[in-house]
Amino acid sequence: MMEAIIDLLNAIVLLLNFVVIPALSYGSQLALGALGITMVYGILRFANFAHGDTMAFGTMITILVTWWLQSKGIGLGPLPTALLALPVGILFTILILLITDKLVYQHYRRQKTPPITLLIVSLGVMFMMNGIVRFVIGPNDQRFIDGERFIIHARSFKAMTGLDEGFSLKVSQGLTIVIAIIMVLALFWFLQKTRTGKSMRAYSDNEELALLSGVNPDRVVLITWIIVAILATVAGTLYGLDKSFKPFTYLQLLLPMFAAAIVGGVGNPVGAILGGYVIAFSEVVVTYAYKKVFVYLLPASLEPSSLMQLLSTDYKFAVSFIILVLVLLIKPTGLMKGKVI
Amino acid sequence: MSSVQKTWLAFSVIGLLLLSIGFGQSWSVALGIFNMCLISSIVALGINIQWGYAGIANVGIMGFAAVGGMTAVLVSEQPVTAAWEAGWGNLLLAVLFFSITVTLAILCYRRMAAGRHRTIALSATIIIGLFLTRYFLDPAVASIEAIEPAKTGFLGGFGLPILFSWIIGGIVAAGIAWVIGKIALGLRADYLTIATLGISEIIIALLKNEDWLTRGVKNVTGLPRPVPYEVNLQTSEWFIDLISGWHSGYLSTLSTLDRQGALKQFVIEGSSIFVKLCYTGLFATVLIFILILCMRALDSPWGRMMRAIRDNEVAASAMGKNITRRHLQIFIIGSAIVGIAGAMITTLDGQFTPTSYRPIRFTFLFLVMVIVGGSGNNLGAVVGGFIIWIFWIEAEPVGVWLMHFGTAWMDDSNALKIHLLDSAQHMRLFFMGLVLLLILRFSPGGILPEVIKKRS
Amino acid sequence: MSFLIGENMTGGYGGADIISDCTIEVDKGQIAVIVGPNGAGKSTVMKAMLGMLDLKSGSVRFKGKDITHLTTQDRIAEGIAFVPQSNNVFVSMTVRENLEMGAFLRDDDFSETINQVFELFPVLAEKQNQVAGELSGGQRQQVAFGRALMSQPQLLMLDEPTAGVSPIVMDDLFERILEVRQTGVAILMVEQNARQALNIADKGFVLVMGENRHTDTGQVLLNDPEVRRSFLGG
Repeated sequence: MMEAIIDLLNAIVLLLNFVVIPALSYGSQLALGALGITMVYGILRFANFAHGDTMAFGTMITILVTWWLQSKGIGLGPLPTALLALPVGILFTILILLITDKLVYQHYRRQKTPPITLLIVSLGVMFMMNGIVRFVIGPNDQRFIDGERFIIHARSFKAMTGLDEGFSLKVSQGLTIVIAIIMVLALFWFLQKTRTGKSMRAYSDNEELALLSGVNPDRVVLITWIIVAILATVAGTLYGLDKSFKPFTYLQLLLPMFAAAIVGGVGNPVGAILGGYVIAFSEVVVTYAYKKVFVYLLPASLEPSSLMQLLSTDYKFAVSFIILVLVLLIKPTGLMKGKVI
Repeated sequence: MSSVQKTWLAFSVIGLLLLSIGFGQSWSVALGIFNMCLISSIVALGINIQWGYAGIANVGIMGFAAVGGMTAVLVSEQPVTAAWEAGWGNLLLAVLFFSITVTLAILCYRRMAAGRHRTIALSATIIIGLFLTRYFLDPAVASIEAIEPAKTGFLGGFGLPILFSWIIGGIVAAGIAWVIGKIALGLRADYLTIATLGISEIIIALLKNEDWLTRGVKNVTGLPRPVPYEVNLQTSEWFIDLISGWHSGYLSTLSTLDRQGALKQFVIEGSSIFVKLCYTGLFATVLIFILILCMRALDSPWGRMMRAIRDNEVAASAMGKNITRRHLQIFIIGSAIVGIAGAMITTLDGQFTPTSYRPIRFTFLFLVMVIVGGSGNNLGAVVGGFIIWIFWIEAEPVGVWLMHFGTAWMDDSNALKIHLLDSAQHMRLFFMGLVLLLILRFSPGGILPEVIKKRS
Repeated sequence: MSFLIGENMTGGYGGADIISDCTIEVDKGQIAVIVGPNGAGKSTVMKAMLGMLDLKSGSVRFKGKDITHLTTQDRIAEGIAFVPQSNNVFVSMTVRENLEMGAFLRDDDFSETINQVFELFPVLAEKQNQVAGELSGGQRQQVAFGRALMSQPQLLMLDEPTAGVSPIVMDDLFERILEVRQTGVAILMVEQNARQALNIADKGFVLVMGENRHTDTGQVLLNDPEVRRSFLGG
């Protein structure tokens, strides 16, 4: 009896360690990214393909500043130095987005260009940003995390509980989850409670009526880009801390982020967050090999011989895509009602 | 300037560019670029059909090109008999169960009323079906991949001439486009674009990982060629005669001893150029064939209808045009052309390397070709295909050269200089984006804008 | 000199002129109604006065000031409020937030105005935390009306405020419009229900093909046999 309970506990710890926590932190990163996409979608009314590379750009600046701080011996003790560099990264990203808007998007906004043309325009922006990032920092992997690695170490967890399975929580994972919660709360407070936030929601809801109410569209656009820059830089930096920084990976994040935004209901911030976690959990759940879990739960005679993996990890894109297609077929407005632009 | 004059001018510029590469670098390089230009133009024609005629932005182009490439392998490779013997039974069952699952799922979706029951039935069918498929597929895959994994480890192909794959590649790509279009074409234009991005990622993931079908990342090399091999040419009597005849003037000035060596050198160079010329002939034939078809289609009532739909969907649908159906048609035709081009690329390379298909990057390159050339204008797509490919290939050496020039004043050990020289190659992405934005902003019609024919 | 006057306005949306040489005016504490057959350019004339289309000739003056070349936004800031015919609420926002958006340009405390709107439309007070998209057509129309009042406009423009609402709601809306007039606001409206509208109008403009056909007080127009025959159905 006791053994069965311990086996069960081991299985739970195993799942927590390899499914729940990674999915939570990946989901938070996706959610922040999808929020940026959904803001552009809701207010500027186009699918911004440059968002992944905006994240890469912001992260790159953060990394450069982090390296400089590290070389000066400035740090945050147990926390990664990148947090200290983050504001600079955000500032530069705001700058580049505002310049892009001035030089590129503004023209098309005034012309009332259809969203699909703006999508192509954003592809052009994406490649320019991609070129800049690769030019400055190169196409290779960059690690920039420092400070403490773990909040909970697998070995100490085992020693403490006496279980066979270890549970670990990386600093990057803990930070991701905490920062994501803070950011989301701040964003919602801003959108729901402040005058500017409300005017942005109004603009997203009904542009003409917002203009008739005296909302200044240039200001709304300006603030949108600032928020997008903050979200993108934070999401990119957290992802880079958690995994590693490589320009190509950020490009590949586009699909899951778009999927998250659309699955949740495009233009709907709550939906973007929900979508982020739905996509992240599906990806991790479907590509995890459950063999060890079943070894704990089933009697020895029934032990599975295969890995018990539904899909190979290489197909994680397929997962976000399939969820995207399913949701669009069954509920075209997304899980939370999004807007049709 | 009339559009005819513009067309002549554009092609003359391209000719001059290629000539200058020929004189400046080498004729072999120039021909190599020219061949890829031909294929790029074919891809651009396919995209032009989708984006230019109908306003469908497909960012999954590389997926379809990869499908064409896979077809080249499956058509031309010799079958691996041992692998077939080891795996055919289970494989057949897996295919059978997969087909049954798909059929049942479609039936469920179509025949049952929407609601909880349908959702449950549908999920149950798919889960059980996929489980059964995997149950047979896994051992089949294991046994196939176990056969001489270092050399084969896959089923091989049908051992047919590789040229067949150009047609079959188009057909397979069209089939996949049909399935995708059925699912995704009802969506809004921008959702469709995102969906095509997902699809190409999945196709490429499949090609990378399903080793039993494509050898995956182990690549398939040494595909049979539709044209002679250099080595064979170099030993052929007629070819040596041809070359010595070509260079007879120069050769006669040399001593007998020198003549032998020089002739050998000429034959080696000549064989490489001859092979490339053979490809040029094949590719140019396909390009001209497709170009003529595209131009005739655009001028037909069908082409006018497509443009009417693109310019005003609401009005076109009010006139009783079934837009989704038309879009499906366009999507299939465009993808088929890309599939053909994909098979051609693999034929030219003589190898299939799934990792080389970078979904977004190359799709973007082809999209730039169409927009720079002139969306909606077939000749424009061809011009764009040539110019952008030349630009893309030459941007790297030119960029590095410029960077050398710009940093000449710095010390060779200067860290900044080393970094700049290393990174110069990445700037071509930047410039490609810049070119696209400039064209879209200041000359949205492209080099050869769409010709709107007024009906007299 | 009228409070608002659009004089000899000619213009359209780029193509042919929709209105030509059209003059519309309204004074403080007055209701002016624009009526006419479909396609007469009733809404266009209102949009012209709001600056939503370019005038080829003519001028618009408000409070004695020439506003012909001001943007819509600047005209709003001058004290004009407009209720469009459709899509006139923020469907994803609550009733209260809709009203707050109406007061977007105000820097002072507008809780008093909200209470006034709630007094005018008690149902809005009841549903103030409900999302406007969930309301019925008539209630939405009240939200739209209330949103416009929130800016404490000196001039209120209504584009077919009773379109698509039941007769009972319609009567109620006309009541409210009369109440608003009491506060000294100038009201300019386009109406399909010509008879009721002219009934409460101080001034009526009958437009045909983008031109003024008849202009007089509401009562005179109602009794004019030609107007009755052509536009009021006998």
